[in-house]
Amino acid sequence: MSVIAERAGFLTSIQDLGRTGFREFGVSLGGVLDPFGLRVANLLLGNAEGAAGLEVTLGGLQLRFEDERVVAWCGGEFDVRIGSRALPAGHTGLVRAGEKLKIGAPKVGCRSWLSISGGIYVEPVLASRSTDLRAGFGGYQGRALCDGDILPLGVWPGSPTPATGISSWTAPHDWVSPAKPKPILRFTRGVDWNRFNASALQRLTSEAFTVSSDSDRMGVRLEGPELKRVDESDLISEAVGPGTIQVPPSGKPILLLGDCQTIGGYPKMAHVITVDLGVAAQLRAGDRVRFSEVSLADAYRLLLERERQLELFRVGLSLHTS
Amino acid sequence: MMEIIPLGDSVLIVRMRERFDDAPEQTLDTVLRAFQQLQNAAIPGVIELAPAYTSVAVFFDPISIAKGAEMPEKVFDWLATRIRRALAGVAHPCRTARTRWRKVEIPVCYDPEFAPDIADVARRAAISPSEVIRLHSGAEYRVACIGFVPGFPFLAGLPKELATPRRDVPRKQILPGSVGIGGAQTGIYPLRSPGGWNLIGRTPLRLFDSKKNPPALLRAGERVRFRKISRDEFESFKR
Repeated sequence: MSVIAERAGFLTSIQDLGRTGFREFGVSLGGVLDPFGLRVANLLLGNAEGAAGLEVTLGGLQLRFEDERVVAWCGGEFDVRIGSRALPAGHTGLVRAGEKLKIGAPKVGCRSWLSISGGIYVEPVLASRSTDLRAGFGGYQGRALCDGDILPLGVWPGSPTPATGISSWTAPHDWVSPAKPKPILRFTRGVDWNRFNASALQRLTSEAFTVSSDSDRMGVRLEGPELKRVDESDLISEAVGPGTIQVPPSGKPILLLGDCQTIGGYPKMAHVITVDLGVAAQLRAGDRVRFSEVSLADAYRLLLERERQLELFRVGLSLHTS
Repeated sequence: MMEIIPLGDSVLIVRMRERFDDAPEQTLDTVLRAFQQLQNAAIPGVIELAPAYTSVAVFFDPISIAKGAEMPEKVFDWLATRIRRALAGVAHPCRTARTRWRKVEIPVCYDPEFAPDIADVARRAAISPSEVIRLHSGAEYRVACIGFVPGFPFLAGLPKELATPRRDVPRKQILPGSVGIGGAQTGIYPLRSPGGWNLIGRTPLRLFDSKKNPPALLRAGERVRFRKISRDEFESFKR
């Protein structure tokens, strides 16, 4: 059974939790830019946490369902409707055969992650269903969706929740709606921290940066105070990853996201912590963002605490439905 | 000497040497041995590894490691300790057998249509374009790293005369198979992509194919030679 993308929207692609195991061949992680958001949406439906869903950028998507499915989504402040009924983030909603689901433009943030019971069942490429948009493989024919694409759906093992209408209960707000009007991203120091001059180090944490319009799934380009180095020597290329803040000679930092290339030669000033990547994924052109430093130990405490809460939520969900 | 450096909370870099260019062969051998030993060690919680020039990147899942570490904030230390253990002795090449790396011959057509920048490379070196071809196809290279886009090999060993800075204005679109020179390295664009390297030829071989496993023609450490082919040979390869 399948779902039809009657309108594909601004930029919609099939993504799962990313592609691992091929980094030595230059293959990026990719996947949804907020893996936690997709996991929560899948969990709500009783899907495997890594089931492929749709990453919807700036809305404009209209889907028509061939058979009955349950859906859930997480992300920015989008207007999502099943027929005429509003489906808030983090709630599950039943879509009947022939019904339409629409995702409008976001008020805050720029991306959302839609899970459909059974998951999107395209053939995995290099062990993942994620679309590598830059290299043109995976997902649906290696590209973003176009109007009229028909996406195969998987078999659904069954509902964890009574599948009628729209559920009244939901997952925690911070998990399902990470977009913030005044985002602050927490970071740990990067390996090249000491290559920057004192004013650059101070500016990173005291001033706001504006998201540039040439940002994409590879990275968020930031305008604002120039971050200058003490030491201009060339660096040997090494690994970069989602969350890395690298600073090219222009002094304008780039916050790398899931589609970033595997290696880079610019100095790595800082790394946004994993728990804040969902907030970073919501940044859109014109947004103002600030940064604050945390220790690596705090990054781990925050990450493990969130995972502990997710475990409790998972248990709660199974009690709710049994 | 070996350093283990956090790259945020889910990645770390094992840096085997500070420099590359002063001893590329030895550096690559050391880094790739470390890469191999870390793969063999199969440390729980490690998701994937990738070598690049002087270092090996370790991507890991802090959540699964935290189950093994005594304190959540000790995730990095726990992993670093296991990495050090796995790599004991790796910097001493005499102790381990030398790996014999595969030698790969890559046919390249240096036809002017495929070589829009060969005149610039020649002018810089004060030699003729045919001398550029002779030098480029006469050297033996080593894959220092695969990256930038899937399957892109960064090849060390370019004859010094041919070193040419990247173009000031990168091209918006470079066709797959294009062979270029960027600084002191040569490389091959596997996919249609933007790029700033000086293009001097094109190979009919496919450098990256997502339907194959491994998906890339080359891997770090392998030895590469270019063989000059005619336009006719290039076209017949393609068929």
